[in-house]
Amino acid sequence: MAMTMTGEVQLAASRETVWAKLNDVEVLKACIPGCEELNMTGENEMQAVATQKIGPVKARFKGKVQLTDLDPPNGYKISGEGDGGIAGFAKGGATVALTDKDGGTLLTYNVEAQIGGKLAQLGQRLINGAAKKVADDFFQRFAAAVAAG
Amino acid sequence: MSATGIGAAVRRKEDFRFITGKGQYVDDVVRPGETRAVFVRSPHARAKIKSIDVSAARKMPGVIDVLTGADLANDKIGGLICGWMIHSKDGTPMKMAPHPALAATTVNHVGDAVAVVIAATVAQGKDAAEKVKVDYEVLAAVVDPAKAKSGPQIHEIAAKNTIYEWSLGDSKATDTAFANAKHVTKLDIVNNRLAPNAMEPRAALAEYDSGTDQLTLWNTTQNPHVARLVISAFVGIAPEHKLRVIAPDVGGGFGSKIFIYPEEVVCLWASRKVRRPVKWTSDRSEAFVTDAHGRDHVTHAELALDANGKILALRAHTIANLGAYMSTFSSSVPTYLYATLLSGQYDIPQIYCEVDAVYTNTVPVDAYRGAGRPEATFVVERLVEVAARELGLDPAELRKRNFVKSFPHQTPVIMAYDAGDYGASLKKAMELADVKGFSKRKREAARHGKLRGLGYSTYIEACGIAPSQAVGSLGAGVGLWESAEVRVNPTGSVEVLTGTHAHGQGHETTFAQLVSERLGIPFDSVSIVHGDTDKVQFGMGTYGSRSGAVGMSAIVKALDKVEAKAKKVAGFMMEAAEGDIEFKDGKFTVKGTDKSVGWGDVALNAYIAHKFTGAELEPGLKETSFYDPTNFTFPAGCHIAEVEIDIETGKTEIVNWTAVDDFGTVINPMIVEGQVHGGIAQGVGQAMLEGVVYDKEGQLVTGSMMDYTMPRAHDLPSFKVETTETRAPSNPLGIKGCGEAGAIAAPAAVINAITDAIGTEQIAMPATANAVWAALSRATPRAAA
Repeated sequence: MAMTMTGEVQLAASRETVWAKLNDVEVLKACIPGCEELNMTGENEMQAVATQKIGPVKARFKGKVQLTDLDPPNGYKISGEGDGGIAGFAKGGATVALTDKDGGTLLTYNVEAQIGGKLAQLGQRLINGAAKKVADDFFQRFAAAVAAG
Repeated sequence: MSATGIGAAVRRKEDFRFITGKGQYVDDVVRPGETRAVFVRSPHARAKIKSIDVSAARKMPGVIDVLTGADLANDKIGGLICGWMIHSKDGTPMKMAPHPALAATTVNHVGDAVAVVIAATVAQGKDAAEKVKVDYEVLAAVVDPAKAKSGPQIHEIAAKNTIYEWSLGDSKATDTAFANAKHVTKLDIVNNRLAPNAMEPRAALAEYDSGTDQLTLWNTTQNPHVARLVISAFVGIAPEHKLRVIAPDVGGGFGSKIFIYPEEVVCLWASRKVRRPVKWTSDRSEAFVTDAHGRDHVTHAELALDANGKILALRAHTIANLGAYMSTFSSSVPTYLYATLLSGQYDIPQIYCEVDAVYTNTVPVDAYRGAGRPEATFVVERLVEVAARELGLDPAELRKRNFVKSFPHQTPVIMAYDAGDYGASLKKAMELADVKGFSKRKREAARHGKLRGLGYSTYIEACGIAPSQAVGSLGAGVGLWESAEVRVNPTGSVEVLTGTHAHGQGHETTFAQLVSERLGIPFDSVSIVHGDTDKVQFGMGTYGSRSGAVGMSAIVKALDKVEAKAKKVAGFMMEAAEGDIEFKDGKFTVKGTDKSVGWGDVALNAYIAHKFTGAELEPGLKETSFYDPTNFTFPAGCHIAEVEIDIETGKTEIVNWTAVDDFGTVINPMIVEGQVHGGIAQGVGQAMLEGVVYDKEGQLVTGSMMDYTMPRAHDLPSFKVETTETRAPSNPLGIKGCGEAGAIAAPAAVINAITDAIGTEQIAMPATANAVWAALSRATPRAAA
């Protein structure tokens, strides 16, 4: 099942600062809702474990996260594949772009994902809302991390 | 007619236990030491299984064993089969791909099982199932049946994903008739895919007795003997005499519980491995991705007519989606249960139909209430209705001009209709539906901004399935007769053992009515026994509206034998010749005298055997019969739907529904009416609400009741249900069958009514408010003119 989502968030920091935070594994780990592990396994490659609950389905996703199309300090593409076991799978990515705006940085993101298995079967109505909430939670925490310097 | 005999609206015996929660379903059966099976299922529509790691799952609390497809293959357990051979036009046999109960190398639909956890509880099993690590290599999936032939090949055996390319009828003669036609009506039709959703989900409980090497399976099946036969002879779990299959109370089937599924095979196999009973009960989510779906046809159909509206010929090309594997009877549904009914109620000189059955990476598709006949009726009744509109003829008039009026009538597509009066049911339905007053109601509706439409469906079906020799010649792997055993107890009460199975039909009531009337004994003195291979010798189960026409006919034959023997006993009791004994209303009388003995006395004397010697007569009173019908039966009728549509929203309300059906002899009019109600509700569900949707990756989008809409009471009007009656000449009771009629008739009636209202034929099922609104916005409504 395909899912798309776009959004933007205004951050009170320079593009360079935001870029640095976007590439900081510890920051990402703290900001990703339900993230239990996020470890660098190679250049621009991480191993992640995160638990997500969507409607009646709770799944612990394990998978690889890759950063590609790196264009410091303007943006990158973050993509991954998560195997949630019998709950199903999620794979996809987000392009993230940074632009100067109002003395800070405007971060825009564009998500495309595929969901399968029980998640797609049961979460169909809920998936967009759940994904939006994950994104909102992430950027709320990310904005706080950026603000904290 | 007695108060409990044939034709009486007797209340259902079985309802007391169902309504008071005393029904015994498979999940209610609990065996000592019972374990639970939890299946690990594929989240992908198509993938290679690279590896399965069960080591972590095995260490989880409560886990007894974790088994995979490799284990199943190692134990040489056979795959599931399709029991009806269809040959392609070129004479090649259908391409039946292997269907292991647990996939070992590839998965072919979301929900395909790859492993099973056997655990002490369901919760422990689910926790452990999460620890089973399956490494998949995801492959491109085939989803759209219309594009299946050009998609990646799913099974090695089936090039172009084609199972068969079959045809019926005379192609050349049909083309000639079309060439000479004055008018040709053409339609493209999608018969939407449905998920069956019986109220009780499927379940299996298997127990192995190592002392006797005997397996027992409690299973939600409509045909326990067929399940045992297939599991024994093809899957090879155990020899037939070492396997007992029990189908206790079963809460709805609609076809979906005919088939032999992977889960019961796995439970049987696992119970022998772990030496404990193994139970599996599906949940609703699992049901959506494992119960065989129904319908799913893509059809182009054409009707040729002369200048007077006389039908000359019909031709159709259908692509039938059979899903990822061939289910038990899947091959027969879009062929001999479909194309053979394309003559409808009409005298059509030439018919030609081609059916291409294809594999896709979706749940297998098989028989669902009506099975092929709803698809045929939809094709015929849409064509006829549209032809009438195109020719400017009244749709009822066009039908009348073409009805079969003399019987027997041989159609060009195998079936020989033996009795019916199609004009009578149409006439009665038109009166009940007040068709005369429709134009006034339509004008009235228009004043309120509503569009009104009226749609007919004069359907026919072939039931009483089926004459064994005939279906054998068409490829069936089994005979479709039925058996009955009538056991008279010494006290005169009667047990009837039947090879049919009830899962909502009310056999305990209707079969008892037959015995009560025939033997003149109280209705409550009769018990019906079914659903246990250790009790009933053999039987073919219940589907295809066969239990009355075939199952009750077998009971009649056994009752004939019981009566003959009882007369002998009565003869000895009254010292009269057997030929002088008359039997009426439960009393045996010596002809021309006032000497008589009652049923109970005769029953007792049959067992105490004091009035005759062993040389003269065998003691006891128990008879068996196997009844094989000589023809199908042909229930037919007319349903008229009247709808009102809100122009602004497309919301469609069914405001009137009239059903006049000819089911032949009616045993219990209340039960028959209930069957008609349920059938219409299912047909309306297909027409307006239900539809299985897969996305292009093969993920099931309508995988729960949040997204798959079942009909509810408020979607339906109060039905007007009446019958006409012509007896079925092929069976002793004259029964035709009523179980599927509503589901067969309803979709065409609804869509004919909606298209009548909105003035365009371009609408697909389910005709949701959104679809009707979209069609309206594309069309120029006739109603406005």
